[in-house]
Amino acid sequence: MPVEIDVTTVYIEDRPYPMDPEQNLLHQCLSAGFNLPYFCWHPALGSVGACRQCAVKQFKDEHDKHGRIVMACMTPASDGTRISIKDSEAAAFRAGIIEGMMLNHPHDCPVCDEGGECHLQDMTVMTGHDYRRYRFEKRTFRNQYLGPFLNHEMNRCIQCYRCVRFYREYAGGADFNSFALRNLVYFGRDKDGVLENEFAGNLVEVCPTGVFTDATLKRHYTRKWDLEFSPSICTQCSLGCNISIGKRYDTLRRVVNRYNGEVNGYFLCDRGRFGYEFVNSERRIRQSRLRTEAIGPDAAKRHLRDLVASNPGVIGIGSPRASLESNFALRALVGPDRFYAGIPSSELELLRLMLDILRSGPAGTPSLREVESSDAVLVLGEDVMNVAPRMALSLRQSVRQQPIEIAKRLHVALWQDHGVREVLQDAKGPFFIATSSATRLDDIATECCRGAPDDVARVGYAIARALHSSSPEPQDLADNQRAFVESVTNAFKMAKRPLVISGASYRNIGIIRAAANVSRVLPGATLSFITPECNSFGLAFLTGTSLEAAIKAKPTAAIVIENDLYRRLPAPEVDSFFSQCAHVVVLDHLENRTTTRAELVLSTATFAEADGTLVNNECRAQRFFGVFPPSETIRQSWQWLGEWENLDRVIADMSGGVPGLSGIAQAAPSAAFRMSGAKVPREPHRWSGRTAVLANITVDEPKPPVDLNSPLSFSMEGNPDQPPAALIPFFWSPGWNSAQATNKFQEEIAGPLRGGDPGVRLIEAGQGEGIPMASRAAESDEDARLSAPNRDRQGADAFNGALFASVPSAFQPRENEWLIIPLFHIFGSDELSRAAPAVAQLFPDPYLALNADDAAKFGAEASVMGRNLPVRVTPGLPQGVAGLPSGLPPLEGIMLPAWSGISRI
Amino acid sequence: MFSILQTMWNVFLHMFHRRVTVQYPEEKPYLAPRYRGRIILSRDPDGGERCVACYLCAAVCPVDCIALQATEDSSGRRYPEFFRINFSRCIFCGFCEDACPTYAIQLTPDFEMGEYHRPNLVYEKEDLLINGPGKYPGYNFWRVCGVQIGGKDKGESEREAAPADVHTLLP
Repeated sequence: MPVEIDVTTVYIEDRPYPMDPEQNLLHQCLSAGFNLPYFCWHPALGSVGACRQCAVKQFKDEHDKHGRIVMACMTPASDGTRISIKDSEAAAFRAGIIEGMMLNHPHDCPVCDEGGECHLQDMTVMTGHDYRRYRFEKRTFRNQYLGPFLNHEMNRCIQCYRCVRFYREYAGGADFNSFALRNLVYFGRDKDGVLENEFAGNLVEVCPTGVFTDATLKRHYTRKWDLEFSPSICTQCSLGCNISIGKRYDTLRRVVNRYNGEVNGYFLCDRGRFGYEFVNSERRIRQSRLRTEAIGPDAAKRHLRDLVASNPGVIGIGSPRASLESNFALRALVGPDRFYAGIPSSELELLRLMLDILRSGPAGTPSLREVESSDAVLVLGEDVMNVAPRMALSLRQSVRQQPIEIAKRLHVALWQDHGVREVLQDAKGPFFIATSSATRLDDIATECCRGAPDDVARVGYAIARALHSSSPEPQDLADNQRAFVESVTNAFKMAKRPLVISGASYRNIGIIRAAANVSRVLPGATLSFITPECNSFGLAFLTGTSLEAAIKAKPTAAIVIENDLYRRLPAPEVDSFFSQCAHVVVLDHLENRTTTRAELVLSTATFAEADGTLVNNECRAQRFFGVFPPSETIRQSWQWLGEWENLDRVIADMSGGVPGLSGIAQAAPSAAFRMSGAKVPREPHRWSGRTAVLANITVDEPKPPVDLNSPLSFSMEGNPDQPPAALIPFFWSPGWNSAQATNKFQEEIAGPLRGGDPGVRLIEAGQGEGIPMASRAAESDEDARLSAPNRDRQGADAFNGALFASVPSAFQPRENEWLIIPLFHIFGSDELSRAAPAVAQLFPDPYLALNADDAAKFGAEASVMGRNLPVRVTPGLPQGVAGLPSGLPPLEGIMLPAWSGISRI
Repeated sequence: MFSILQTMWNVFLHMFHRRVTVQYPEEKPYLAPRYRGRIILSRDPDGGERCVACYLCAAVCPVDCIALQATEDSSGRRYPEFFRINFSRCIFCGFCEDACPTYAIQLTPDFEMGEYHRPNLVYEKEDLLINGPGKYPGYNFWRVCGVQIGGKDKGESEREAAPADVHTLLP
């Protein structure tokens, strides 16, 4: 029996190092801390051996003095390998390669946006090439317009092919490629135009030099070393991707990826990367006001306090886009009984149900890394690409998991990117989508099933039934549904790590119950719920009462935090609520319809000015820290609402006072944390202009602002050591100025950050509180686990930790009415990125979506719910179902799904 | 006793030596062209602003007394929106001149910058920008770099081939 070797010994410069034989030498040398230059290799993209930059000398044995040059990225770290990085021949080879790459590289560094964080600069310095000998002409190219996010400067290209490999092979884009031949290879589109892929922005970090740079940064350009960074969390969807936000001269300048091995890894979506500009928007509320008069912060706070004291019935309306701390502060101010969630009950109930399902297990909820390694996926009723974009990128990798077994059988190393792709060809693992309209992931789906939301739920129930007989059976499935159910069932039975994805997009409780059933009858399955907003789950931890209940309570006074109620409920309802409220206080950062109804508007911090905790869709609590110094006029919601000394006090009160949140203090070190007696500096050590930035106002340099809420300082002074993972403001390491410096912060390349990836899971499967659960021990014994359903079926559809029983009836189209469902847009459905100019360029115009047959009944325009809208034929929509873009003005606030007539104009 | 007399004699002899002291300000001393005095921003031979707002001078400045913000004109030519030097902090080390890739920032043989009020030592771009190329008459960064700007198309820089035809399949 062969002995499995987990660790091999590789000799570098005659010293032994333990290494992973499943990996290549480059990966392992970098993991071991060596500086070895590379271009075409990327931790997430694997090796192709195209750039020849990572050359090392390999020796046969200890007596071999001659050796041979090999590419580290293409050589396995097999036992007993002896290599030399320092070898003069290998070093000269690497310098020669760089010199070749630089032949045509333009003299652009001073005006190139990549300068100072350029992998090509770093590698050129690392190899020691410093003098240009080539005297002939440089090749030039014409650039293309690639949309509002990316700037194209093709002259700078070194033909490493990373961009096409990421864009086409990793992100599944089709409108970008390499063109032409020999030394004229061109990377771009066939003609000018906006890049279609939702992850195109990652080219900024994937490109080792300045061919693709951030076009939003270009408008207010600042070098990386001049930005003040904070570790933050993206607030534009529920996944909670980790980001670094950079600020200079009082404006937010850019967002870059902050590696978190469990969550976003190396990549972000374009909404997250470019939607930050709302922070600089002209619609910002920078001054509190009482009716129409500006009011000082202290007077405003006094007014708020008097108002609360004189109105004992004051209610608080929270928000899923505000931090846990802000919501908790409001809850503490008005009392838990008078704190309302600020979202309609249709949404809140689903969130509570999802939490209950996740608490009771047995299916755990996966991190995005686990999503990536799932080998069979079922999406029930979610347009993942438009609701939680980064997860769609993970799903694109998950379809490779099953075919990759072929490569393993053929002994093709998994890091051999081209080898694996050659073996896989177009083979894709099982990936099934059941939704009401076409999605952007259909191209990788094994099979798609379209139907109204209720039919999607029925398909889910049918799958659960096919997997286990104690799950209820939906009657009268259509033939195509039966076929779909059969394919899913067959695939799931073969899978080792099946995954079910569902969510609240269609506001359909049946879909969530069906997803829960599937995950429960399938051993080893994981279940991922996509929530609507960045802190939806956090809000559901804090309260169970909805916005409608708040309206029914008929309060005389209400405090609304960071929530535009006109996006939540129909305008007449909100109008009547506000008109019967004698006093309305609104805390928000952007002007919206709700702020116009307020007596007192308090200027509130955005995510870039605030500190707090968000709970993402896997119930991971993650702390974010502001990058702007504390301001008198703009304060965080919890600072307006309470008298806490700092954030840690709020967290202490909250973790003690709210069940389920006891773990959140562990999300990041407290404000008292120090490294060698100093705080973690937000500014790089080369941050410039300290004595000149404010010199036009005062030549006496003020003392740096004090940050009471976090262990980060507004300074460049501090310990040069690496901070704990949750506090890393930016990735930088000596000699590694680009985003590739991430290598130096990981325990192993592409592994977790040193000390563990940040964030703390509030729910682990099967460890819920107060709800009977199927214990993990019973997992092996299926019958024991499923003994409950019969009881369940007799009563109402109460959840008792087992299976849900009430199957919805099949969708029946109506004669003159359509079921209007919400359709989501990565650019457009989100509230805040509306105020970001670059993202706003890509918004669709409002439309009414119909299938081709239904659309034929109307002309180019139709009237629905009192609005005239252009008709758009949308593939996949079933007969009798229509769609409206969600959250897109003026369609915000419409409660969907709803039945409505559509009439010709 | 003898040594005192010898010292007095030496002092007496010095009365007949050539004077080193210059009667400043009536008389100005000679300063070499590369003397490190007041900092200026120069223009290229075509009269355009040389500074491309690359931030290298600010980064290298040991006292961090330079602050600027880059911007671009409609043709893509980059220049500083504002450029500020706080001379009350400057130590005239000349690192900024060394770091400048376009010969824009230069130190000049002028040290007469005394002020009664420190705020008057904060120089903005209009105080710094001169109407000539300074010490380096010939150089124009934009003629060397590969970025397209108004009046210079792709492939028109020095030692640049015409833009490649990516549609050709000829070997």
